[in-house]
Amino acid sequence: MARMKFLCDADRCIECNACVTACKNEHEVPWGINRRRVVTINDGMPGERSISMACMHCTDAPCAAVCPVNCFYTTADAVVLHSKDLCIGCGYCFYACPFGAPQYPRVGNFGSRGKMDKCTYCAGGPEADGTAAEFEKYGTNRLAAGKLPLCAEMCSTKSLLAGDGEIIAQIYKERVTKRGYGSGAWGWQTAYRETIAS
Amino acid sequence: MARFVAQARFIIGALALALIIAIAAPASAQQPSAVNPTAASVKEQQLLNALGTGDAIHGRVTIPDQKSANLIHPAGRDWRQFHEVTLRWIAAIAILGMLVILVVFYLVRGQVKLESGYSGRRIVRFNAFERAVHWMTATCFIILGLTGLNITFGKPLLLPLIGEPAFAGWAQWAKYAHNYLSFPFAIGVFCIFLIWIVGNIPNRVDLEWTKRGGGIVGHDHPPAYRFNAGQKMIYWVVVIGGTLVAASGYLLMFPFYVTDIQGMQLAQTVHAIIAVLFVAVMLAHIYIGTIGMEGAFEAMGEGTVDENWAREHHPLWLEQEMARTGPNESQRQPMATPAE
Repeated sequence: MARMKFLCDADRCIECNACVTACKNEHEVPWGINRRRVVTINDGMPGERSISMACMHCTDAPCAAVCPVNCFYTTADAVVLHSKDLCIGCGYCFYACPFGAPQYPRVGNFGSRGKMDKCTYCAGGPEADGTAAEFEKYGTNRLAAGKLPLCAEMCSTKSLLAGDGEIIAQIYKERVTKRGYGSGAWGWQTAYRETIAS
Repeated sequence: MARFVAQARFIIGALALALIIAIAAPASAQQPSAVNPTAASVKEQQLLNALGTGDAIHGRVTIPDQKSANLIHPAGRDWRQFHEVTLRWIAAIAILGMLVILVVFYLVRGQVKLESGYSGRRIVRFNAFERAVHWMTATCFIILGLTGLNITFGKPLLLPLIGEPAFAGWAQWAKYAHNYLSFPFAIGVFCIFLIWIVGNIPNRVDLEWTKRGGGIVGHDHPPAYRFNAGQKMIYWVVVIGGTLVAASGYLLMFPFYVTDIQGMQLAQTVHAIIAVLFVAVMLAHIYIGTIGMEGAFEAMGEGTVDENWAREHHPLWLEQEMARTGPNESQRQPMATPAE
């Protein structure tokens, strides 16, 4: 089985936000929830870089560790998914997540913030693959259909890469070697405790 | 003379050469031989290295949710360590430690007996309103404590016993209870602060009481007014601890209204530590108010205490009450339990 990862080549990202839009459209994510977003560092200054960031599907995921009801699970492809049936909306996964990935449908927490929502790596949830129940809670299950996450698939500059960690790391390494520079595999050190030498 | 001219020509020539180089230098700097577009580009490693404790790599986003402008926030890992490891140790040591101390104390010291026996004369200690406030706060506290501990210890202890769906269902209701019962609890703490502030200001009698260890060990009965130093300590733990727990709890209940992610993590840390210490202290309070001391529960149960109990534990208060009401007016009641 593959070890699925995301990699955003910041030297290619043009902050077009198409990944964000594609994600929202594909999964029919409610208003106010962003499973993916593009963050611009040093905006307007020399050396500005934009990075598309979502759930990184961490090794030893902090969200899963702090979840008081154990609603997270890791698939055979190393994708970190969660069950909205178990989630109690406590918000702890957001405090633990280094990437700000978990999202909640309601801002107030008077009774509940609602069930947490986050990037599923286009791999749905615990329901049977491709069912209406799965789509309603987690969005499209592209991985079960043999497709990679849509955000990366439609990235116009091929900045955002998704797929087996070793393969996308190889692609990135080749790019860095060829062009002679790279600002780093953003988030890898934090998510996977490893980085790509560049 | 000829030598001087030659020297002057040399100096002028050297100056001219220096001038040409100086003029030419900026021009060559404007035309670099190789383009390096990353010379000034931000690198993840540099940003990570430059991060202070709790800091995040922060940028700009075009979506309204400004929390998402934090790209990488490694401090989440520290909070995880606190929540999964440190907090559990603190809670286990505080709560189990207190239970062990209380059990050992009970086995060694036993119940603090009413040495002069029941007199049958009752004196009002807490009126109906005081008791209502106490029990409202106490009931809320027990439920808040259990549902709060469920967040910390439910997953390792209760979940394996009842399974994930049942545990998630219970945890959902526990969270509702925790959120909503915080309101009567906070009101209760505020009322406690108001109704018992008189009598809980530390004074010189408390020094004497503390020096004699409250008479807990042995048969000593140091004098005390309505509240002894131990009770005053409980009062201030409830007032200060309750305020901190409520304030940090409301920050958690209304996430990101007043603070950012660091503030939320801090609020949770403060809330959890204060809460488990609070539980530990309250275990001691429950112990001494029930099986730990003969005749103590009646004070909060029925509202009255036996005169002998008051004489042994709160003699100065009894004097005040007698002076106020006169000894003959103190309530006479048939003995509920035979004198020993």
